[in-house]
Amino acid sequence: MFGKLTWIAIPFDQPIPLAASLLVVVAIATIAGLVTWRGWWPYLWREWITSVDHKRIGVMYVVLALVMLLRGFIDAIMMRTQLAFAAAGAQGYLTPDHYDQIFSAHGTIMIFFVAMTFMVGLMNFAVPLQLGVRDVAFPVLNSVSFWLTAAGVLLVNLSLVVGEFAKTGWLAYPPLSELAYSPGVGVDYYLWALQISGVGTLLSGINLTTTILKLRAKGMGYMRMPIFCWTALASNLLIIAAFPILTATFAMLLVDRYLGFHFFTNELGGNAMMYINLIWAWGHPEVYILILPAFGVFSEVIATFSEKPLFGYRSMVIATMAICMLSFMVWLHHFFTMGAGADVNAFFGIMTMIIAVPTGVKIFNWLFTLYGGNIRFEAPLYWALGFIVTFVIGGMTGVLLAIPPVDFVTHNSLFLVAHFHNVIIGGVLFGAFAGYTFWFPKAFGFSLHEGLGKAIFWCWLIGFYLAFMPLYVLGLMGATRRMQHYAEAGWQPLMIAALVGAVVIAVGVLLTIVQLVVSVRGRDQRRDVSGDPWNGRTLEWSTPSPPPPWNFTIAPTVDGLDANWAAKQQALSQDRDKAELEPILMPKNSPIGVIVAFFAVATGFALVWHIWWMAIVGLIGILTACLARAWQVSTDEEIPPETIEAFHQSGYQQ
Amino acid sequence: MDPPAVPLSQRGPASTDVVVRFGFWLFLLSDIVVFSALFAAYAVLSHQTAGGPTGPQLFERGRTLLETGCLLTSSFTCGVMSLAVQRRSALQVYGWAAATFALGCVFVGLEVSEFAGLIAAGAGPTRSAFLSAFFTLVGTHGLHVSLGLCWLLVMMAQVATIGFRPMVMRRLLCFSLFWHALDIVWIGVFTIVYLGAR
Repeated sequence: MFGKLTWIAIPFDQPIPLAASLLVVVAIATIAGLVTWRGWWPYLWREWITSVDHKRIGVMYVVLALVMLLRGFIDAIMMRTQLAFAAAGAQGYLTPDHYDQIFSAHGTIMIFFVAMTFMVGLMNFAVPLQLGVRDVAFPVLNSVSFWLTAAGVLLVNLSLVVGEFAKTGWLAYPPLSELAYSPGVGVDYYLWALQISGVGTLLSGINLTTTILKLRAKGMGYMRMPIFCWTALASNLLIIAAFPILTATFAMLLVDRYLGFHFFTNELGGNAMMYINLIWAWGHPEVYILILPAFGVFSEVIATFSEKPLFGYRSMVIATMAICMLSFMVWLHHFFTMGAGADVNAFFGIMTMIIAVPTGVKIFNWLFTLYGGNIRFEAPLYWALGFIVTFVIGGMTGVLLAIPPVDFVTHNSLFLVAHFHNVIIGGVLFGAFAGYTFWFPKAFGFSLHEGLGKAIFWCWLIGFYLAFMPLYVLGLMGATRRMQHYAEAGWQPLMIAALVGAVVIAVGVLLTIVQLVVSVRGRDQRRDVSGDPWNGRTLEWSTPSPPPPWNFTIAPTVDGLDANWAAKQQALSQDRDKAELEPILMPKNSPIGVIVAFFAVATGFALVWHIWWMAIVGLIGILTACLARAWQVSTDEEIPPETIEAFHQSGYQQ
Repeated sequence: MDPPAVPLSQRGPASTDVVVRFGFWLFLLSDIVVFSALFAAYAVLSHQTAGGPTGPQLFERGRTLLETGCLLTSSFTCGVMSLAVQRRSALQVYGWAAATFALGCVFVGLEVSEFAGLIAAGAGPTRSAFLSAFFTLVGTHGLHVSLGLCWLLVMMAQVATIGFRPMVMRRLLCFSLFWHALDIVWIGVFTIVYLGAR
């Protein structure tokens, strides 16, 4: 009846996982209880859960990312604490079995459910506004994408309470991840969670690419698009080209595990190195999927807070698209030690160095934008400046690792761990926070607390250097990644320094929550009545904050770059009074996203535990929901001019 | 002199028809990337027979030729169906859809009988890496065709119940794009897997 699922799946005998699962259960129950007690369910259902508004969906993505950042960060603190003590024969407080699950969960969560989710959220929120349109190309599909991502998140967190997570590292290399060596449900949780959320990501990629290529304001030719839209385009093109490879690769591993196929096994001709090749053919583009939107955020932030047009817009576009292409030609540098031979390694080493060139072009463009600018030092610019310095260091160590002989020495060492945290934290995460601070007033109509924003930045910056510079040194001293304890007592001081760094970052993470609370409570002092709190350059700043569901009451017309800036310079206003307001057609809310995700979770959980009847029920549920949707004839509703006028009368000045 | 024409990229948001078609093209491209990963895996593993049967020993080219004929003809009938959709002639649409459906069913039936025969002869997907890759690649295509057949049934039910509304027309167009794309993938399968077996 319940497949492999028994009471043994709940970790009653392991105090740490048990406490963690209790915490999760209690937290969810508390939130659900509070929402029920306050009677917020109807509001949440109407305004958020079934919303197909790209701004709402973007905000939900970012909330999901911030919650998962907490989870992933707790994993990080546990690992750093373990390594600060488990020196010279000491075993620390985490068993190897548990430690392996923690580093696997940390990587999986941070990449797929924090970095990815955050960036998709920012793109969802900002891209249609910047393009001057009323929604994405497929609003209902957008909701489905979000809820499928949430379904993946739920499955990963379920593994904390029921069963176990993968102990294979965040990419689940075979043959370790094959049934013979990982007979538990951990790898299955990993695979099904990522398959489900991967479908969501792919659909979101198709959606945003179509939006950018087919829905732009009148007059907005390609070379008049804001640079964030260009980087979002590159990122989403990469999603379309790369995520199917991930889906196919995981599918092959799944048939190996479930049906006894031999793609990656040690027996009967399977080839584990093929998995490594395929997974990195997705994995390397993936890092650019993450970093390109961050580059876009920094470009917008630097131009805005320098009050200058972006230096070298054209070269920025070319560099972005060059990175988009080149990112598919460097995957082998993740496994130079595979033994592909000197020629192959040399080719991929050189390609890796070449991809640093367009990135360098971007760095200079940002510096020249700042040069001679009318600079305002506000929190988003702090993140951008911290990024330029930190990312250059991370890029340099990346070019070092691109030299095959150097890579043979530093492969799988803490030097590598330091390098990718250097680019992911210093690039993607700083970009995410810059974008979060930058667009927060647009999303909610009031800005975040400035002083706390700067404090958060300093915690992350100082904490990052304290936590990861020691890891570079430790890596050169021979410390490898994924070790639960070590014999060399000489490494301990640096390990303790790294823990201190992690604690400093923890303060920054806590301050993020404090900042949110303080800002919400004091929102009346920080109201944005103008819709343009930063003196912005692009179209999202030409509409009220928060924008109406239809984004723009009068569809904007564009005749150059930086449309909002140009309009302000020429004192143009798209005057609402003079124009005859027309009814606007908007898509209706739809519960299909959350329904499909509900059945997807049921199916995923059933497949993990081999509860076949439940998997079939789940699939039938998804099918029924889709068919019901296909027969729904009226999917749009008209917003009458009176509603539009009432919105503008309620205190907003355009 | 006429004023210069506004460049295509500056003419504002495209119509729903264009947007849906374009989005579906992107989906098809992503689907083809899935197949390219499976083709790559097949190329790597096609000689890893682990002492078991090889491709030339197993494949019956006559049956495969018949399968190819069915699928390509079904693409033609699907094309004629699209013309009937444009004329909004329900009767003709049903007729050509029935032909497409029947040919698709014959294709799937032939493939299932091939798979059943292989498994019965001890050449199932668990026998060797080569057979794992073969069953996955060809089976994924077959699964796509089967899902396409279900989709076709749903579309006929839509035509029958809610008629040729713009949204139904768009879905029928997407279906025909999907069906033709499966043909292209099959050409790859036929050439690389069956004709390429050495």
